[in-house]
Amino acid sequence: MNRTDAALQLSWQALAKTYSTRPVYDQLAGELHRGEVLAVRGPNGAGKSTFLRLLCGLERPTAGTIAYQWQGQTYNPNTMRPWIGFVGPDVALYRELSALEHLQFLAKARGLAADQAYWRELLAQVGLAGREHERVAHFSSGMALRLKYAIALLAKPPILLLDEPTAMFDEHGRQLVAQLVEQQRQHGLTVLATNDERDAAWADLVLTVGAAARG
Amino acid sequence: MAKPVFWQAAWAVAYKDLQIELRTRYALNAMALFAVTTAVMVSFRLGPLGLSRDPRSAATLAVLLWIAIFFAAMNGLSRTFVREEEAHTATLLRLNVPALAVYLGKLGVNLLILALLETLVTLLFIGLLNVTIANVGLFLVTLSLGGLALAGATTILATLVAKADGKGSLFTILAFPLVLPLLIIAVETTELALSGGTWAAAGSGLQLLAAYTIAEHVAALWLFERVWEA
Repeated sequence: MNRTDAALQLSWQALAKTYSTRPVYDQLAGELHRGEVLAVRGPNGAGKSTFLRLLCGLERPTAGTIAYQWQGQTYNPNTMRPWIGFVGPDVALYRELSALEHLQFLAKARGLAADQAYWRELLAQVGLAGREHERVAHFSSGMALRLKYAIALLAKPPILLLDEPTAMFDEHGRQLVAQLVEQQRQHGLTVLATNDERDAAWADLVLTVGAAARG
Repeated sequence: MAKPVFWQAAWAVAYKDLQIELRTRYALNAMALFAVTTAVMVSFRLGPLGLSRDPRSAATLAVLLWIAIFFAAMNGLSRTFVREEEAHTATLLRLNVPALAVYLGKLGVNLLILALLETLVTLLFIGLLNVTIANVGLFLVTLSLGGLALAGATTILATLVAKADGKGSLFTILAFPLVLPLLIIAVETTELALSGGTWAAAGSGLQLLAAYTIAEHVAALWLFERVWEA
């Protein structure tokens, strides 16, 4: 692992999450650097997806801290959110909009340049070439997942969070994700939440959660 | 000077919502249907089509006008956020758009839809009830301020309700106490406009309406991020 460029680091300290009175996990600590891939593993309900939601500020931890160090500054998950690409079953798409309209909307919302050529290139990269103008209502679950990858990559984010990254994919789709994870090593870090051995094999580090829930 | 990204994001949300609304026409159809039904129903009793020619007062017409606007608005505008939560697209917005830009984008769309609704209801009342507006300027200012306040109230309430169960009924229950003062003032000022009241006579009502609108929008801007990110 190349740690010569330490400009990007994610760390979590004494992290705890409790739902009502049920502890999901307690005292989690760790860090991740540019170029690394972390796989979060554990049984159903162990808090794998929750961990990813905490990392992008969609949920708040019960205790502990999460911090990103990037380009000499410290960010919390909320302030880092514009530079995070997130793919997961929690993120639904607009059935009434086409693939291209999704990218157009989100590019404008994130203040990115209106670059039709780049959007088409991105859609082609995830295997949606020729389907740019088709509405999401007509997409299969695998195609919708491909569009979620295009959306996540739209701003070329240094942080990629992938929840069940290949759950809807065939073998071709799995290869696509493997490729994206490998590319992400060049300019950022990736966190995967998965129970699939093949997905976990891409990771340098593994975080197993669920011990607190099991007592 | 470069356009601030914040406003660009708000415009993106508004444009996206309009695109979806024009394709589904959920709010537009529901509101138009309610407005037309109310106006036609009222016209049968009070208007030229009616069997009875009971004397019509400006007060009655003002109340009926705002009833039509209020219930039609409640029918459609709450969908703004409820649809995002129900379809689970709210997460996509939270990940990509600053909270305040989401609010302003959706407020903008609600304002536009409400302006269309107010125009439709007014035209229906003029056409079906032979309503004459003695002070057109006062009438337009009242409709604009009332619409601004109503759109603000429905947008922030929709955010709260979208997070809760029993969404439909909760929206109306919460909306009632919040918009009742607004409706009372709007009805009084509209009555003055219809009956030829002067600007001076409507002054205190307009001031109250403006103060209500400002207070409500400030509170909504302050509350929104907390509710949206909760």
